[in-house]
Amino acid sequence: MAEGENEVRWDGLCSRDSTTRETALENIRQIILRKTEYLRSVKETPCRPSDGLSNTVSLDGLNKLLAHLLMLSKRCPFKDVREKSEFILKSIQELGIRIPRPLGHGPSRFIPEKEILQVGSEDAQMHALFADSFAALGRLDNITLVMVFHPQYLESFLKTQHYLLQMDGPLPLHYRHYIGIMAAARHQCSYLVNLHVNDFLHVGGDPKWLNGLENAPQKLQNLGELNKVLAHRPWLITKEHIEGLLKAEEHSWSLAELVHAVVLLTHYHSLASFTFGCGISPEIHCDGGHTFRPPSVSNYCICDITNGNHSVDEMQVNSAGNVSVSDSFFEVEALMEKMRQLQECRDEEEASQEEMASRFEIEKRESMFVFSSDDEEVTPARDVSRHFEDTSYGYKDFSRHGMHVPTFRVQDYCWEDHGYSLVNRLYPDVGQLIDEKFHIAYNLTYNTMAMHKDVDTSMLRRAIWNYIHCMFGIRYDDYDYGEINQLLDRSFKVYIKTVVCTPEKVTKRMYDSFWRQFKHSEKVHVNLLLIEARMQAELLYALRAITRYMT
Amino acid sequence: MEKMSRVTTALGGSTLTGRTMHCHLDAPANAISVCRDAAQVVVAGRSIFKIYSIEEEQFVEKLNLRVGRKPSLNLSCADVVWHQMDENLLATAATNGVVVTWNLGRPSRNKQDQLFTEHKRTVNKVCFHPTEAHVLLSGSQDGFMKCFDLRRKDSVSTFSGQSESVRDVQFSIRDYFTFASTFENGNVQLWDIRRPDRCERMFTAHNGPVFCCDWHPEDRGWLATGGRDKMVKVWDMTTHRAKEMHCVQTIASVARVKWRPECRHHLATCSMMVDHNIYVWDVRRPFVPAAMFEEHRDVTTGIAWRHPHDPSFLLSGSKDSSLCQHLFRDASQPVERANPEGLCYGLFGDLAFAAKESLVAAESGRKPYSGDRRHPMFFKRKLDPAEPFAGLASSALSVFEMEPGSGSMGWFVDTAERYALSGRPLAELCDHNAKVARELGRNQVAQTWTMLRIIYCSPGLVPSANLNHSVGKGSSCGLPLMNSFNLKDMTPGLGSETRLDRNKGDTRSDTALLDSSATLITNEDNEETEGSDVPTDYLLGDAEGEEDELYLLDPEHAHPEEPEYVLPQEAFPLRHEIVDTPPGPEHLQDKADSPHVSGSEADAASLAPMDSSFSLLSVSHALYDSRLPPDFFSVLVRDMLRFYAEQGDVQMAVSVLIVLGERVRKDIDEQTQEHWYTSYIDLLQRFRLWNVSNEVVKLSTSRAISCLNQASTTLHVNCSHCKRPMSSRGWVCDRCHRCASMCAVCHHVVKGLFVWCQGCSHGGHLQHIMKWLEGSSHCPAGCGHLCEYS
Repeated sequence: MAEGENEVRWDGLCSRDSTTRETALENIRQIILRKTEYLRSVKETPCRPSDGLSNTVSLDGLNKLLAHLLMLSKRCPFKDVREKSEFILKSIQELGIRIPRPLGHGPSRFIPEKEILQVGSEDAQMHALFADSFAALGRLDNITLVMVFHPQYLESFLKTQHYLLQMDGPLPLHYRHYIGIMAAARHQCSYLVNLHVNDFLHVGGDPKWLNGLENAPQKLQNLGELNKVLAHRPWLITKEHIEGLLKAEEHSWSLAELVHAVVLLTHYHSLASFTFGCGISPEIHCDGGHTFRPPSVSNYCICDITNGNHSVDEMQVNSAGNVSVSDSFFEVEALMEKMRQLQECRDEEEASQEEMASRFEIEKRESMFVFSSDDEEVTPARDVSRHFEDTSYGYKDFSRHGMHVPTFRVQDYCWEDHGYSLVNRLYPDVGQLIDEKFHIAYNLTYNTMAMHKDVDTSMLRRAIWNYIHCMFGIRYDDYDYGEINQLLDRSFKVYIKTVVCTPEKVTKRMYDSFWRQFKHSEKVHVNLLLIEARMQAELLYALRAITRYMT
Repeated sequence: MEKMSRVTTALGGSTLTGRTMHCHLDAPANAISVCRDAAQVVVAGRSIFKIYSIEEEQFVEKLNLRVGRKPSLNLSCADVVWHQMDENLLATAATNGVVVTWNLGRPSRNKQDQLFTEHKRTVNKVCFHPTEAHVLLSGSQDGFMKCFDLRRKDSVSTFSGQSESVRDVQFSIRDYFTFASTFENGNVQLWDIRRPDRCERMFTAHNGPVFCCDWHPEDRGWLATGGRDKMVKVWDMTTHRAKEMHCVQTIASVARVKWRPECRHHLATCSMMVDHNIYVWDVRRPFVPAAMFEEHRDVTTGIAWRHPHDPSFLLSGSKDSSLCQHLFRDASQPVERANPEGLCYGLFGDLAFAAKESLVAAESGRKPYSGDRRHPMFFKRKLDPAEPFAGLASSALSVFEMEPGSGSMGWFVDTAERYALSGRPLAELCDHNAKVARELGRNQVAQTWTMLRIIYCSPGLVPSANLNHSVGKGSSCGLPLMNSFNLKDMTPGLGSETRLDRNKGDTRSDTALLDSSATLITNEDNEETEGSDVPTDYLLGDAEGEEDELYLLDPEHAHPEEPEYVLPQEAFPLRHEIVDTPPGPEHLQDKADSPHVSGSEADAASLAPMDSSFSLLSVSHALYDSRLPPDFFSVLVRDMLRFYAEQGDVQMAVSVLIVLGERVRKDIDEQTQEHWYTSYIDLLQRFRLWNVSNEVVKLSTSRAISCLNQASTTLHVNCSHCKRPMSSRGWVCDRCHRCASMCAVCHHVVKGLFVWCQGCSHGGHLQHIMKWLEGSSHCPAGCGHLCEYS
């Protein structure tokens, strides 16, 4: 069988023109039928040993195709493609070939599938978004499906991601995906790693690099240190780090490349947070997203192990996150009451300067101890760990030792004034895109809280944002950190802290135990705040170091 | 009267003296402000708040206003301002949102006077009223501006910027009640201090935050704004709509802007990031700063002119923890380092050249050498006596025009429009293009096309009529010679070894030679005699001919009574020497008597037009029959394309490349092809031949080129009802939920091609409108407009 004629071309399906899609699908159908025929003919003839290998290979190939078709039948924004793919699958099944079925329960393990928008039932605006995303990537990933709770943000997010990965930029395409893999692997996020391994190979990346960072070019290896620090202790970044990257003889980075890499790293660190924070399931067509077997208990995927969602882990993890059930009913009312009080008495109560300063310090210190009490070291799956050499280096071990986080004053170096200008100078247009994304995430509100309408949530949003920055040692002179304590309860803080600092440890229980009255869309909203605040915090530290290097 | 009094105050003290100097501060400065006596300056930052006196030779610390042991955020200053009426009064804006006033007249060590804690977020700017003693204005991150009366404990009025952060507030110097505020979203608002409910005027000044603004000290209503988009704009606010008067593009976001005293058009700027220098711009000359101060090692955060009537002293504070006094005469002037020279080639061969006057003056003294047909024309810029920088940038502009007619590029346009590049069989394309070229008098090109046809198409298809035509009279007069150099010894195998026809006929090839439909002309001035010694020359061919000189065999003419094919010699100059001829329309360049061409004689020997203005090579029938595979010629064709391209006729190179397609593409490396394509497309676009250029882009096989017309294919449309941009789809507006693009004929929504009249803006489906306008000339919408569709 000639490989050429059986090369499946999926890109035709991304077209907005239905006839193009039609022909592409028809093509795929032909190929699949041919492969099936071939397999059946092989099966009927007595199996010779030499055939065995090629037989499995082609069966593998077919199964990959079928898995992809399955994904299309569920996740393609175009109705015709969904129907036709399903039809093809059915007809194959009738031929006696085993077809795959999706594993898991929709795009997120935390959010019931029925809460999430079904592909096909989206409104026109969302459909346009889906089509854009599908056209750019050839898939509609689970992240997109969860983020579509907030289409306004999703649009900006996709635009930025598309620009970072596919448009003009100083780094070659395969470098970009590899950096994405490096960043996601820091948090053992196999979901993102899998996605980008595919993309990396697709743009012509060298498969050898995937065996570990030490197989990648020296230039990328040099980035490993920055990746590590950025992910776990961004405040330790100094201009020496930057200098080390920029002045490494033939392996040195240019400033523009470095800014691109930094943006990519921070983007994927925070996206890993989102993936774990919302319990994103593996893609249907990737490993662990589908099965050819009937359901069985022993079947779990890498993701489940690494993020502690494995059923055994879940029993032990996180007793601190428990809040008694009776409280939960009044949670929302209590929160709203507090917000009202803060609003009213802000002018009366005048805290002294020292008081304010110490509140920040207290919050910062406490944030280190807000942690789930689980002690066991989760061993990362081999598959992912190969991308980072130093697994022991995490947020956790410094917090144990109570390391001092220096204070970063936002009034002296902020995104709007300084970070933006620097990024836009070195990597044009991206500053604008990220700036927009930050704005949308920070200002996004529907003026609702759980069942209440017309609530001004700006105070709550600011508390969450500033709490995250506080964990990174970033201080706003004009913020009273006492508010955080009033508005964010312990289980919520545990969740925030875990998502932002050690996302791989997030469990469904943590997700469920905060804000129990709130809707899932609101929890996703919280996650958007978390990831953008985290990204900004990391960017601020990295950019400040670059600025210091430049002056 | 007012002016008078101010001048006296200015001159009241002794005249300012000093030198460029700087002093080290203990901490980075965020802002500075000068006392009205011009002898003291206050520096404020996160951990510094000091007053320095400006002495002749140095800064002397006079007072530290940060008293007390415990650090307080109230002292972490984002901004500081010194009252211009009262030497004892200062105000600071703290990063925690507090506005503090200071009274230097207080007897105690702590000079703090009042504390206003009304803002919820960082206060970015404070500003005293220029003439009123007790009025203070503040602008904060929380989006509010507050006006304080220092005799009261709280604010008099609050102005809301609609939740957008305020970056700067400035009282107008001339209008008592007016102040301007700038915002993080790019807006500028004008307020009347008596009307806190709404702003008087609002407009978007910049893309992104507007960090600063400054009113012109003399011109009423001139406001300078600087933003993150790296621009400084000067607005005239006296008109009904704020009018942008000047725009200066800097290299980094603009943090501060300050008009220079006594210089109407000058302003000083410093940047927030990356760039550490202070620039003084003349707004009428927005590209080169008039002066530049390079003392600081980190970003400059505050600038102030030392005295409101002295343009030469500038003070600045910086993040590098230093305070500087800059003297204007010590500034570096980038203009001096600039090369005021420019050169530009016009579309039709004109040349314009600007240079320093001194240079040109020396040059123009020389007489243009005789015989030069180009006429230099000199222009001198009229100097405006009002312009202060006349001495800095005087340059003269000279324009050289092409001789009328000679430089006309009409042939280029015609050729581009008439060439057929695809859609027909190769033979037809070649014939068509040959015809086009011939009609335009470009015989060499025509001949090339004909030959390409012969090379790449099977000979049987060659219509003889056409051939006759193409060889024309040339062949007839060449005929007697033909027999004399038949290549008898030519074996089919050897045939591929290019037989040379060296014919050193006398080419007095004047333009007369162009008339003959024959061949190319580039040529040497051959002293050899007439066709009689052609046979010898032919023999000579091998002796002298270099290996790389390949000749095209052109079985062109099948005469009934002639058994051999007669090949008009179509030799291409393969040598660089020939190619060296100045670029230009090739039918002009070959003046037989032009010295450098004759100089290249030896190498150009292969180009051998005969006396009858073209040379012939006859090949035995056997050779022809051997059917040289087109591949054999590919080297030749490649060299030919190179020749054309290097001669400047990239049009020919690209056209042949497209027409021949796969046949030659593989022989020419991608980069060269790309280069040709881009040059040709560039030329086409300069001549506004958009359609042709698009066709070329479409037909190109090079990826880099064909993606050209896939870039920016988005057409942005605004909704016809609410005038807002329609973001997601072109036919439904997200905001007013109405279908925007209705077809005027069928009244349905147009989702595909939408055509509309540019006169009345009605339109609809392409088909419908075309049909409608066939029958009627009025607009289908009934608006009475006479629409045109072309």
